[in-house]
Amino acid sequence: MNEGFDWNAAGDALPLILQGFKVTLLATVLGTLVAAVLGLAIAVAGRAPSRFVTVPVKVVMEFIRSTPLLVQLVGAAALFTSVEPLTIGIVVLGIHYATYTSEVYRAGIDGVPKGQWEACRALSMTPRRTWQAVILPQAVRNVLPALGNYAISMFKETPFLAVITVQEMVFEARKYGGDHFAYTEVFTLAGLVFLVASYPTSLLMRKLEKRLGH
Amino acid sequence: MSDFFSAFADDLPQLRSGLWVTLEATVLGALVALLLSFVLGLMSISRLLVARGVSRVVVEFFRGTSLYVQLFWLYYAMPPLTGYELTPLLCGVVAFGLNYGAYGAEVVRGAINSVPRAQYEAAVALNMTPLHRMRKVILPQAWVQMIPSFTNLFIQLLKCTPLLWLISAADLMTVIEKLRSRTGETLTAYVTLLVCYFVLAYALTLLMNLLERSAKRRLGLATGGGSLLKSRSAVTAPAAGGTR
Repeated sequence: MNEGFDWNAAGDALPLILQGFKVTLLATVLGTLVAAVLGLAIAVAGRAPSRFVTVPVKVVMEFIRSTPLLVQLVGAAALFTSVEPLTIGIVVLGIHYATYTSEVYRAGIDGVPKGQWEACRALSMTPRRTWQAVILPQAVRNVLPALGNYAISMFKETPFLAVITVQEMVFEARKYGGDHFAYTEVFTLAGLVFLVASYPTSLLMRKLEKRLGH
Repeated sequence: MSDFFSAFADDLPQLRSGLWVTLEATVLGALVALLLSFVLGLMSISRLLVARGVSRVVVEFFRGTSLYVQLFWLYYAMPPLTGYELTPLLCGVVAFGLNYGAYGAEVVRGAINSVPRAQYEAAVALNMTPLHRMRKVILPQAWVQMIPSFTNLFIQLLKCTPLLWLISAADLMTVIEKLRSRTGETLTAYVTLLVCYFVLAYALTLLMNLLERSAKRRLGLATGGGSLLKSRSAVTAPAAGGTR
């Protein structure tokens, strides 16, 4: 019944868990990169002059945002069997979070005063130059803390990748736990690793938010 | 494709029970989360340092350790450690409730702090007791502020319920996953599943918008015409430190 906490098993499992942590980190960093770039593209596309662009973009975004990441991951893995699971994981995470980051960018773009757009027109800048030289530099600056917070959220959702057999931290933890019947130890460790990694980062983001906010 | 839908029609009772499990997990999880948000949120604005400290630690702990790990911990790690075993559905309800309750605590705290100071002072001047003040003056106003954020949290919660599939609770995902492996119609099965969740999320949004409208009406605030169909905005979706 009550078997307590086996410190030896925890010590044995730790190297494996930390090795899995590398994959977790890799997926988070690359996934965030995809989300940051794709989110920006979506936000800019959402301001396209034609409704034939903006309406479909909006509908697809709403659909992806309202449906579970887990189903999207498992579905993508079942459909694209020839692609590496880690790649699928990064792309699906990236796309899912891009639907969130695009809203952050959109708010940032909306926050640029109308006069800036008008000034660009008055100087007869091309749309490309308007975005590149005037709008985006102002819009992107304020979204950094929000992007950071989404990166932390994504970090905590990377265990979903274990379901499609990506060998990240929780996958390794679960495997060790199953082989040695040490679930208590491995899941406690995995949770602590998440806490230790995400808490200081979220404090940092709060600081950044305060500094940019005032 | 017709294969899948004829199997779909044959398995309607299982689908119904799967849907029921998903709904149960969502609704019960949301209720636990709501209760916990208020307890932790009110503790975080308490005058007692101990209450504030406990609330802070609990909130940071459940936000900082991944929901996935919490669920697995409850399902796999708790029985050997404590001797208590929860049913899969209950594991889900507890894990979802704790995790989203921790996020919700920040929502409650932020909303109560956003009620103008003068309201509080007026209630003090009218010699209301602290409980009366909270119940009749502060909370009704804060509640209106909280609803949109809770809508987001509850939709996040709904989106996490397929995790129940992994701890063998027979939820919607489990049932459709079985249909998929039996018929081999991968694309149709997953699209159907996604559409189901989309419909559920939309229904939830609608319900919460109705709630918001009635809460606003009680305060005598204007309720915009098309506000029932507006979808939630992603900006306020939970991000680790980003609750304002």
